[in-house]
Amino acid sequence: MTARPALVIAAGAAVFAALALVPFVADGYGMSLAIAIANYAILATAWALFSGPTRYISLATVAFFGVGAYTVAVLGEVLPWPIVVLAAAVNGTLLAFVVGLSTLRLAGIYFVIFSFGLTELIRQVVTWYEVKVTNTVGRYVFLDTDQSMIYWQLLGLAAILYLTGYLIGRSRLGFALRVIGGDETVARHVGIDTTRAKLMLFVLSALFMTLTGAIMAPRWTYIDPAIAFNPQISFQTVIMALLGGVQRLWGPLLGVIPLTLLFDWLNANFPNHYLLILGIVFMLIVYLLPQGVAGAIGKLSRSRTKPEPETDRKAHSAEARP
Amino acid sequence: MTTLLQVSGLTKRFGGLTAVREAGFTVAAGEVTGLLGPNGSGKTTMMNLISGNLKPDAGTVRLVGKDITGRRPHLIARGGIARTFQLVRVINDMTARENVVAGLAFRDRPLWGQAAANEADRLLERVGLGGRAEAQAAELTYVDQKRLELARALALSPRLLLLDEWLAGLNASELDGGIALIRSLSQEGVTVLMVEHVMSAIRQLCERCVVMNAGAIVAEGETTAVMSDPAVIAAYLGEEDD
Ligand SMILES: Nc1ncnc2c1ncn2[C@@H]1O[C@H](COP(=O)(O)OP(=O)(O)OP(=O)(O)O)[C@@H](O)[C@H]1O
Ligand SMILES: [Mg+2]
Repeated sequence: MTARPALVIAAGAAVFAALALVPFVADGYGMSLAIAIANYAILATAWALFSGPTRYISLATVAFFGVGAYTVAVLGEVLPWPIVVLAAAVNGTLLAFVVGLSTLRLAGIYFVIFSFGLTELIRQVVTWYEVKVTNTVGRYVFLDTDQSMIYWQLLGLAAILYLTGYLIGRSRLGFALRVIGGDETVARHVGIDTTRAKLMLFVLSALFMTLTGAIMAPRWTYIDPAIAFNPQISFQTVIMALLGGVQRLWGPLLGVIPLTLLFDWLNANFPNHYLLILGIVFMLIVYLLPQGVAGAIGKLSRSRTKPEPETDRKAHSAEARP
Repeated sequence: MTTLLQVSGLTKRFGGLTAVREAGFTVAAGEVTGLLGPNGSGKTTMMNLISGNLKPDAGTVRLVGKDITGRRPHLIARGGIARTFQLVRVINDMTARENVVAGLAFRDRPLWGQAAANEADRLLERVGLGGRAEAQAAELTYVDQKRLELARALALSPRLLLLDEWLAGLNASELDGGIALIRSLSQEGVTVLMVEHVMSAIRQLCERCVVMNAGAIVAEGETTAVMSDPAVIAAYLGEEDD
C-alpha cells in the first residue's frame, strides 16, 4: 500500500515531464483548457491541503487568488517578474496570517460565512482604494508572456504543491492535522498546538492560491476587483475538491478535470443558467458522493465487510453506588 | 510523601450555575485517588479544569508546585497530565496504532516513525489490544475503544493520569480486567486521579478519595474513612430524590 518515497517522487516527476510537452501538441483552445485545468488543479488541491484534514470549508480562495492577481496588476510593469511573484507571495502570506489568526477559532458554519464575508470585504476595500485613491476602476496587465509560459509556470507550481502535499502527508504536521480533523479536543489533549498547526496549513494553502492568481493575471489583460475577486472561483474550487475527494492528495484532481470540461461546456452553451446549474451540481455532489470520487474508489477497493461497532453501551452506567 | 497535584480555591461558573465552587484537594505522587460524587456534582468539570480544557474563574492548579492554571491543554498534556474522556473519544478513521501514535508524536519527548510504531504496539499489548494494531478504531468494541483511549493517554508517559469513569459500562469480567490493569499501572508508578461510580473498584484501587457535591469538596481522606463520613452519605442520599 505505502510505496517507497523515492519511487513515488520519481513517478510524479515523470508525469510532470510528460505534461510539460502539452504546449507542443495542443492548439489555442487546447491550451486554454490545459491552463484552466492546471489553475483549478492547484486551487482545489491547495484548498484540500487545509480543508481536507481540518474539515473547515473555506470560501476565501479567491481572496488570496485576487491578491496575487492584483499584486501583478499593480507591480507587473514596474518590477522584474521574479520580484513581482515574491511580492505577491508576501502579500498572500501576510493576509493569510491575519485571516487565519482571526478565523481559525470559529467553528463550522461561522468559519464558512466569515471566510466568504472576508473575501467580499477585501474586494470592497480594493474597489474603494482604486476609485478614491488611485482614481482607476480597473487596470491593464501588459506583460511579455504567452499561453505556454503561463501553463509551464502553473505546471511548475503544481509540481511544488504536490511534492509539498506529499511530504506533509508523511510528516508529523500532516498527522497532527488528521488528528485535529478526527477530534480537535483529543488533539489538544495529546499535546498538539492545534491553532498553530491549522494556521501553518492555512497559510501554506493560501500561498499557493496567491501564486496561482499572480501567474494567471496576465491572461486577462484587463483586471478589476470584480474579475480578480469573483466569488465564483471560490465556489468552483470547493465543488471540484469535494467531487474529487479531499482525503487524498490526488483526490481533487479527479473533480477538477471533469468539472473544468463540464463548466467550460455549460458556459459556452448555457451562459444565462450557468450559476443555477452550478448550484445543482454542487448539491448533487454533496448528496451522492459525500466522500468524493476518491473516497468512493477507496470504498470499492476495500472488499472485506466491517463488523458493526458496538454502540449500545456508550451511555455511562449509573449502577453500583454507595 | 510528595504532593503531585494541588488544587486550591478552584471555581468554575457556567452562566448562573457554579459547577465547581472553591474546590481544593491534593493528589499524592504514586497514589490512586478517587474523585466521587453524585451526577452533576462537578467531577468532569474538575477534570476539564485540571487538564486545561476549561479555564477556571478563580483558584489555582499546581503540578509539583508549578502553577499550570489556565494553561492551554496541549501544554498541560506535554507537561505530563494525560486524560481519558467520560464519553469515549477515539479517532474513528485511524487505526488503533495510529491512535496511540497520536499520543506519542506530540509529547515532550516525541516519538515518530518506526520507533513510534513499536512503542504504540507495546502500549496496545499493555492494555490488552495486542494484535489489534491495524484495526480501525471505529471497528473496535466499546471496551476495546476504552482500552485504546487508555493506551493513548499512557503514550504521553504521564506523571498524572486522569480517568473519567473509565470503568463505566464494562461487564463483570471486563471490570475485573480493568481494575487489574489500573492497579498494575499504579504499581509501575503512574499517579492516577479517577472519577468513578463503581464502588467495588474504588474500594479495591483507591488509597484516598475526594468527594464532591454540588461543586464543592465535601470530604477528602482515606477511602474507608471517607465512605463512612456523614457528609458523603448525605450527598448520596440527597441524590436518591432526583
Ligand atoms: N459546558 C457546560 N456548560 C454549561 N453547563 C455545564 C457544562 N458542563 C457541565 N455543566 C453543568 O455543570 C454541572 C456539573 O457537571 P459535570 O459534568 O462536571 O458533573 P459530573 O459530576 O461529571 O456528573 P456525571 O456523574 O453525570 O458525569 C452540571 O449541572 C452540568 O449540567
Ligand atoms: Mg462526569
